[in-house]
Amino acid sequence: MQETSANQVAANATSSFTEHLQRSRPELLPYNALQHGIPSGTAAGPLQTPHATTIVAMTYAGGVLMAGDRRATMGNVIASRHIEKVFPADQYSVLGIAGTAGIALDITRLFQVELEHYEKIEGTQLSLDGKANRLGAMIRGNLPMAMQGLAVVPLFAGFDRPAGVGRLFSYDVTGGRYEEQEHHTVGSGSMFARGALKKLWRPGLSEAEAVQVAVEALYDAADDDSATGGPDPVRQLWPVVYTVTRSGAVRVPERQLAAVAGTIIESRAVAQREA
Amino acid sequence: MTQQFYVSPEQLMKDRADFARKGIARGRSVVVISCRDGIALVAENPSPSLHKIGEIYDKIAFAAVGKYNEFESLRQAGVRYADVRGYSYDREDVTARGLASVYAQSLGAVFTAEQKPFEVELAVAEVGPSPEADHLYRLTFDGSIADEQGFIVMGGQADKVSEAVAAGWRGELDFAGAIRLALAGLVADKETDALPASAVEVAVLDRGSESSRGTRRAFRRLDDADVVALLAEEN
Repeated sequence: MQETSANQVAANATSSFTEHLQRSRPELLPYNALQHGIPSGTAAGPLQTPHATTIVAMTYAGGVLMAGDRRATMGNVIASRHIEKVFPADQYSVLGIAGTAGIALDITRLFQVELEHYEKIEGTQLSLDGKANRLGAMIRGNLPMAMQGLAVVPLFAGFDRPAGVGRLFSYDVTGGRYEEQEHHTVGSGSMFARGALKKLWRPGLSEAEAVQVAVEALYDAADDDSATGGPDPVRQLWPVVYTVTRSGAVRVPERQLAAVAGTIIESRAVAQREA
Repeated sequence: MTQQFYVSPEQLMKDRADFARKGIARGRSVVVISCRDGIALVAENPSPSLHKIGEIYDKIAFAAVGKYNEFESLRQAGVRYADVRGYSYDREDVTARGLASVYAQSLGAVFTAEQKPFEVELAVAEVGPSPEADHLYRLTFDGSIADEQGFIVMGGQADKVSEAVAAGWRGELDFAGAIRLALAGLVADKETDALPASAVEVAVLDRGSESSRGTRRAFRRLDDADVVALLAEEN
């Protein structure tokens, strides 16, 4: 009798916010909202929802960096020019999202609360691998929605404090987690961005150089992928860039991004090359 | 067949209240002080890992005296309540008032319906943009709730500690001053005249965490070195 109640207490003691929601308020989980599935394909065609595209991330000397463009598209229409796709997950990690924007934003919010909740309940932060695994579990939870076309593909980067290095994780829609070396990109413009990264990235980049490489890779993605937005000098819109180092995640200021984007546009104009 | 003794409801409640009060009086005290820089929470607590003070949400902290397992379960329930509420509505919809009334309800329900009341006393503190906007709620084992001004003292010998803190409290204290005052209060019932940093647990709710640290989470736990450094300031 005593043993069972002790077991029960232990089983109920969870530090996970997601598990707590699953037990007490399952309808609040983003991927449980449409339990009976979405109407797939009506007379008007497949469900049209805003999509977020192109996240690039790379390691550099002393940390890791992640950048995302600002465009969301719905079919051939630009749904938003201001969307942000890279978010701080907690003090030492950042998260970028590509795929169905509405669900991705909710999963991001859930992930942020998940990490903070653990920290408050346990009084200590989750390890970087622990965070990466939790994110994988959330993406797997979204698999039924992904099968119906509402996929979310994140990119996760953080600073591993015990090891003293920045690390990078990519995911597939089944929640599979893959640690990436050097750099990685996701989203519809990723193949163009990756080509750029392969040429521009080198070991031991400084932080300023890494920001430059990231913006240039996004520029190349925007050049060839219509769903990726380039730097917008008219509206003064620049990519969202975060760096994560030993001292934490920091958003790169707009001023610096404007300067970097200006340099890239100028150098391309000077080069006078069509492609 | 044995006849059950009749106990009047008054007697039953009085016995329970006495029982809970005794349990709480055994514990060491906690002081929560609202000041210019924010809210300082200071507890006499020799353990570096079993906390009496904890973060609940962005602007809300928790402090408790009494039985550890009981207030720890209340703290965790508070974190869950706040996180679910903030996630399903919005972060700014999580308030100390809402949390305190949930605590009051559960403490009240346990006090009247369960075998044994909780032997705890809680403080829920929310830091506002100005000292006037701070909220300090004190909750007792029977579910009564009080909205306090300036500071809260709980635990064993609370009267003596409270007297000492009341004598020195001013709204314009900074953190160093508030923590010094709390420490002076905590030794009011003892022979010694100072507590070592290792014997106290100190945390603060920063009033300007957005501007000073770039985070909306105002709660910050101070380690021993921080406390020593704060106390050495302008001494």
